[in-house]
Amino acid sequence: MTASHPAAFSPARVGAMVLRYWYLLRSSWPRMLDLIYWPAVQMLMWGFLQLYLAQNAGFFARAGGTFIGAVLLWDILFRGQLGFALSFLEEMWSRNLANLMISPLKPVEFVLALMIMSVLRLVISTIPVALLAIAFFGFNLFGLGLALAAFFANLLLTSWAIGIFVSGIVMRNGLGAENLAWTIMFIFLPLTCVYYPVAVLPSWLQTVAWALPPTYVFEGMRALVIDHVFRPDLMVEAFALNALLFTAGALSFLALLKSSRRSGALMQGGE
Amino acid sequence: MPAPPAIAVDNLVKVYKQTTAVAGISFTLAPGSITALLGGNGAGKTTTIAMILGLVEPTSGKVAVLGAAMPRQRYRVLHRMNFESPYVEMPRRLTVRQNLKVFAGLYGIADVDGRIAALAGELDFADLLDRSTGKLSSGQRTRVALAKALINDPEVLLLDEPTASLDPDTADWIRAHLDRYRRARGATVLLASHNMVEVERLCERVIIMKKGAIVDDDAPAALLARYGRQNLEQVFLDVARGARETREAAQ
Repeated sequence: MTASHPAAFSPARVGAMVLRYWYLLRSSWPRMLDLIYWPAVQMLMWGFLQLYLAQNAGFFARAGGTFIGAVLLWDILFRGQLGFALSFLEEMWSRNLANLMISPLKPVEFVLALMIMSVLRLVISTIPVALLAIAFFGFNLFGLGLALAAFFANLLLTSWAIGIFVSGIVMRNGLGAENLAWTIMFIFLPLTCVYYPVAVLPSWLQTVAWALPPTYVFEGMRALVIDHVFRPDLMVEAFALNALLFTAGALSFLALLKSSRRSGALMQGGE
Repeated sequence: MPAPPAIAVDNLVKVYKQTTAVAGISFTLAPGSITALLGGNGAGKTTTIAMILGLVEPTSGKVAVLGAAMPRQRYRVLHRMNFESPYVEMPRRLTVRQNLKVFAGLYGIADVDGRIAALAGELDFADLLDRSTGKLSSGQRTRVALAKALINDPEVLLLDEPTASLDPDTADWIRAHLDRYRRARGATVLLASHNMVEVERLCERVIIMKKGAIVDDDAPAALLARYGRQNLEQVFLDVARGARETREAAQ
């Protein structure tokens, strides 16, 4: 009835977990609405602000689209992490984590399913908002072409690295640490220079900013929108930093899982 | 040569910070046997089961299930065992069918729809398959949780108070099903329970725990004889209140 020797890695188990989150998402319209509502509000607010500035300042007229582009890219970073962590939190909320941990599901399969769900949630939230940006402000995110793919991949990698880390913390410490999932990305908002160039920061803080992969993406986006230059060097550096960050996130998750087995946290799953 | 034990627990200890939950217990369970872990709240039953499942790492000592050391070699055997407890739930928003499909996928079941239909027939919940799991009564939820625990036709089944908060009729029905399953499958069952009727009805061996240690381990009839009692509830009370030690000291 079951495979006698379960494979080291099973796409079927990843599929089962994706199915689990998809069933949940499609059964709940508030969850679906939440994916689109706030990104749309943010994009509209920043879009109108940019429109106002463009009508009153020469630089902003030249830099048309940087705010809207920044909002949309920031949302990929923020929602990517949140989508990952929320799927994990669903297991805590439903007290289902122990069921998963006694099944043959391996950590790598679990994490891969969460990554797939994070992309799925992002697609559901980003596409309607990107279409709204075209309709309201004539800003076509998809017009960024291959650069968008590089931006997207880099932001997604960062969001997963943070999402894996946050999930590990929640698993180890219970739902008391749940707020981290909602707030942790905001530390990246000032430091990764989403809405302004790195040069604005004091020099010591610039060092911190350049240690964070999303900074390269937002600088790259400004170079593209303002100067019409794609900077592959920035993307390569971002990928290298993301490789380190993702490795650190994955290792911390495994360490926190081991620690959870020691502390009995997997059995509790509560506060 | 006797068959190797389905579960072997050797000098197992679990200490949480300053609290000793399990204090050096040892036992083995023969394949196809059904055993109760009996004890009051905080006796260490759930922690013992969690260590057997690989959910909790022992502080010291060893656990082996079907020959695999837990938790280190857990992926060698997790597909051959399962667990049910009213304190571990399934996603409430998903329908019963959706939940069982997910777990069937996790356990690598080949004929998912066939297996779900068979379990729904055996456990009498075919009419509930498309209902949200969160909208089931506790009796219905227990039957579905048991279906999840049986979805991979486990050789080793661990149960933590499987009939807690059920009415007597449903509880009796669940016990009968467990007994049938164990006999038909030849499965090894370890059951933590407070329910003495359940233990007397189902189990051929009782391991009594108190404050993390095993204080007695025998067949129900032998325990009744040794304690000079009519039923296991009286034995349980004797153990919980230390009556046997008091009586022996007085003699």
